[in-house]
Amino acid sequence: MLAIVGTVPAADFPLSHGTLAYTPAGLTLNDDHLEVQRGTPALMAAASCACEALGLGSPYGFLVGDIGHGKGSRMLYQYLAEHIAEFACKTMVFHYLQPIAHWHKRVLDAIDALPSRPRLIADAGFMYAAKMGGQAVAYDLFTPDIGELAFLADENAPHPLYTRGFILHESARAPELIARAYAHRNAAKHLFVKGQTDYVADQGGIIAAIDEPSEPAMEAIGGTGDTVTGIVAALIQAGYAVPEACAVAARANRQAGRLARPNPATSVKEIILHIPAALEEALLEKGE
Amino acid sequence: MAWFKRCTAVSAEVQAVDLGFLTFQNTSEVLRAQKVLSRAGWKIRVMGPPPEVRTGCDLVIEFPLMEELRIVKTLADAGVKPENVVPVASPLLKPVDLYTITDFPEHLMVRAANMKITVDRHSLVIVNISGGGCPDVPFLAAAMTGKHLSKAPQPKDIGHTLCAYALQLAYEEMLKRCSP
Repeated sequence: MLAIVGTVPAADFPLSHGTLAYTPAGLTLNDDHLEVQRGTPALMAAASCACEALGLGSPYGFLVGDIGHGKGSRMLYQYLAEHIAEFACKTMVFHYLQPIAHWHKRVLDAIDALPSRPRLIADAGFMYAAKMGGQAVAYDLFTPDIGELAFLADENAPHPLYTRGFILHESARAPELIARAYAHRNAAKHLFVKGQTDYVADQGGIIAAIDEPSEPAMEAIGGTGDTVTGIVAALIQAGYAVPEACAVAARANRQAGRLARPNPATSVKEIILHIPAALEEALLEKGE
Repeated sequence: MAWFKRCTAVSAEVQAVDLGFLTFQNTSEVLRAQKVLSRAGWKIRVMGPPPEVRTGCDLVIEFPLMEELRIVKTLADAGVKPENVVPVASPLLKPVDLYTITDFPEHLMVRAANMKITVDRHSLVIVNISGGGCPDVPFLAAAMTGKHLSKAPQPKDIGHTLCAYALQLAYEEMLKRCSP
């Protein structure tokens, strides 16, 4: 199964796990309705749409409430470290969690002990924790934006806030930042850099650059980076090789944006509605 | 024995990246801060400073770095101001001070590090917040979006993490650019 791990912005949301159900009316986990604005619920909604379009079962969610105290994140880290062997995960996506390097290590140790290792994707806080802990290379895919790529490229920074000034966060510098992240072993096996141009890269350099269709307003819309991570996760779960999944997801997310005719005030919910049609178009364009 | 030493070193290194130092002008300030933070339930440690952050005061407070914003706010509420806040693993690092500005026809977007804030140029209402990876980002976005720039709650008041700190920097830069 495809498992998605993250948080919701509510202090009292208990640690929960179960199969996700998404309809245009909303997203639910067990009987809990999840508001799809941005963050992990946006990733879950996008992944659910993409899974359905690809003929896959619904993703499985692991969620807890956390508004930045880190208490919920610690509970979820501990639960995964102790129980991950009870779930048959083929692909796992880790998302908004408080970045805590020693807890990240315990979860990764538990995954390493599994008889069959799932494909691992990290985004947001969990990606920060993986880099902070020096364990980036254990992952199949990181999905940073340009500010986060600069953080990966700075071998000393413990968080994007502390990225040194000479490592400029400019889209045009992405190829150089990618090379630097790999040189210091702070990148996953593959990188999908989200930006004006989306880059797919590995240790050998840039594999693909996708810049069409282009909707500049997408960068301002909270959750559009989360939706592309959800789509790529579904494609990897469906058996696509990571670079291929990234390229298709980039086109699908861009096309979903175009279909929504967005401006910087658009909600990501409006874009998610177009993911099934956009993914179909991206696969057709690829020749499938 | 060599194996044991290596494992201990790795473990210490992994934990150090999670930590920050608070430095103060004098020892009595350190002790006051220790009292405030301990009472508030934070896990902290008073210790000697590394050479890079020695300022004459011979003690620093080690704290969970990700929660920097909340800890500094707790101290400020008690009237205690640290002289400096630095990551343990790289004490010479400073928060970013570069901003990326994007002009849309009706909107303005400011990015600081990994956080972006976008406002309507005419109404000065915050229309979107994006980026970030700490769990208070969706919480902050929900609290601030749809509100006038000058009336929205500020990340420094309701946020907790370094992502909230980055959003505060972006917010302040936006405020500066939108002020008459």
